[in-house]
Amino acid sequence: MARYAMVVDTWRCVGCSDCVVACQTENRVPLGYCRDWIVQDTWGTFPDLKTEIRSERCNHCHNSPCVRCCPTGASHIVEGGIVLVTHNECIGCKACIAACPYDARYVHPEGYIDKCTFCVHRVRAGKHPACVEVCPTHCLTFGDLSDPNSTVTTLLRTRVSKTLIPEAGTQPQLYFLS
Amino acid sequence: MKSFSMIFHEEVITSGRMNPEIDPVLTIWGWEIPLYLYLGGLVAGILFFSAYYVIRHREDEYPTAVKMAPMWAPPLIVIGLLTLLLDLSHWPYFWRLYTTLHLESPMSWGAWTLGIITPLSFVWAALWLEDAFPRFSWPFLWIKGVINTIHYFRVALAWLILVLAVLLGVYTGILLSAFNARPFWNSGILGPLFLVSGLSTGTALVMLTAKSHHEREHFSRIDLMLIGIELFMIVHLFMGFFASTEVHVEAAKLFLGGPYTAPFWVLVVGLGLVVPALIELLGVARQKVPVQVPAALVLVGGLVLRFIVLDAGLSSRWLY
Repeated sequence: MARYAMVVDTWRCVGCSDCVVACQTENRVPLGYCRDWIVQDTWGTFPDLKTEIRSERCNHCHNSPCVRCCPTGASHIVEGGIVLVTHNECIGCKACIAACPYDARYVHPEGYIDKCTFCVHRVRAGKHPACVEVCPTHCLTFGDLSDPNSTVTTLLRTRVSKTLIPEAGTQPQLYFLS
Repeated sequence: MKSFSMIFHEEVITSGRMNPEIDPVLTIWGWEIPLYLYLGGLVAGILFFSAYYVIRHREDEYPTAVKMAPMWAPPLIVIGLLTLLLDLSHWPYFWRLYTTLHLESPMSWGAWTLGIITPLSFVWAALWLEDAFPRFSWPFLWIKGVINTIHYFRVALAWLILVLAVLLGVYTGILLSAFNARPFWNSGILGPLFLVSGLSTGTALVMLTAKSHHEREHFSRIDLMLIGIELFMIVHLFMGFFASTEVHVEAAKLFLGGPYTAPFWVLVVGLGLVVPALIELLGVARQKVPVQVPAALVLVGGLVLRFIVLDAGLSSRWLY
């Protein structure tokens, strides 16, 4: 069984937002909305400050609260652990939005709930997600964690990595190299 | 996204995301959901006491609670359902709720509870229609026959309604407490708290409409007990938060120095619980008090509680 994951190298990410624009174009994301976004995190004590730039999106959690709370089953998990929303089963109750600690979902202007799909239509065609394809610094890597020789597995084995809010218990599948 | 500073450490997070209704603070649920949660609790309270006193065979002792109050249940629950429908952003697909039962989702079993208790509330009201309105009588003999048959099984029906009313009352709170992502809602106390608050508003409606002094006094005492339990639960809600993780402590601080401090402690705890409890205590002490005053305060306090809890939950979040 495949287990898709995305690895974001925060040493390489410059925050150019190409991934955001590529996603909006590929998935016809309505104007003013985004499925992926850039976060700039600064911490420390002046002048000893550190900055990390992250390209974030739906974490396609292994233990996904959005899927558990969905009353109709519109939010569901497909091959590789990708979390999807079936538009004509979604009633727009917004429980999944309230359930997501990453706030990765939004209400599409047409009424249903929308979010990152890991570009499942491209993945099924053997291609990479649009954001990964366009990243000029190659900081995004998409692949299968169940394959011991995949690039994502190698990166997580050889580099120090973290996930976001692991204490929320969602087992996110978006990893950040730091 | 957010920033906070300590004496020796700074942390600033900025995000390029600005999705409508998501950023900077969730605004996905407006007035519709808290109003529904309130009406659901109120209907649960009305049906609970009506069913309870039928089971106890006290129809004649508490006629308002058993026969009059259920007249409010169908219209109130229908208004609640309409507000729920109004909130759905993809509402033409609402029937999808009834093509599946997803036990892990409180909203799913809540939808099924509503789907059963709504028609039952109409049946229950029909059962007492002739008692509630003496000048009314059923037009056809066969309708009268059906009502008489149901009347024969009223205790069994009362048990069913009693269980469903408790489920409905608890579910209005569990619905929110199941969201781990919103720390202020993420407390197991919320379900029982909303149930007790719903029962309390149910007694308040009986106190407002009862004709006999005996019934008003009886329900005023029940309400006093329920308010006591509510105050106890509110204390435990905050104790639980302060004994928990940083995000839960932050959520509790919204009510202890934060923006919800004044509305919650003055409107909900003060005017909605403590003041009506004091007035009801005077009544227990054989002082002459108008029970309509505490009843009205409880009804308004319950509504404000739902609005504040909903709003505070939406603005509480994990820090990262």
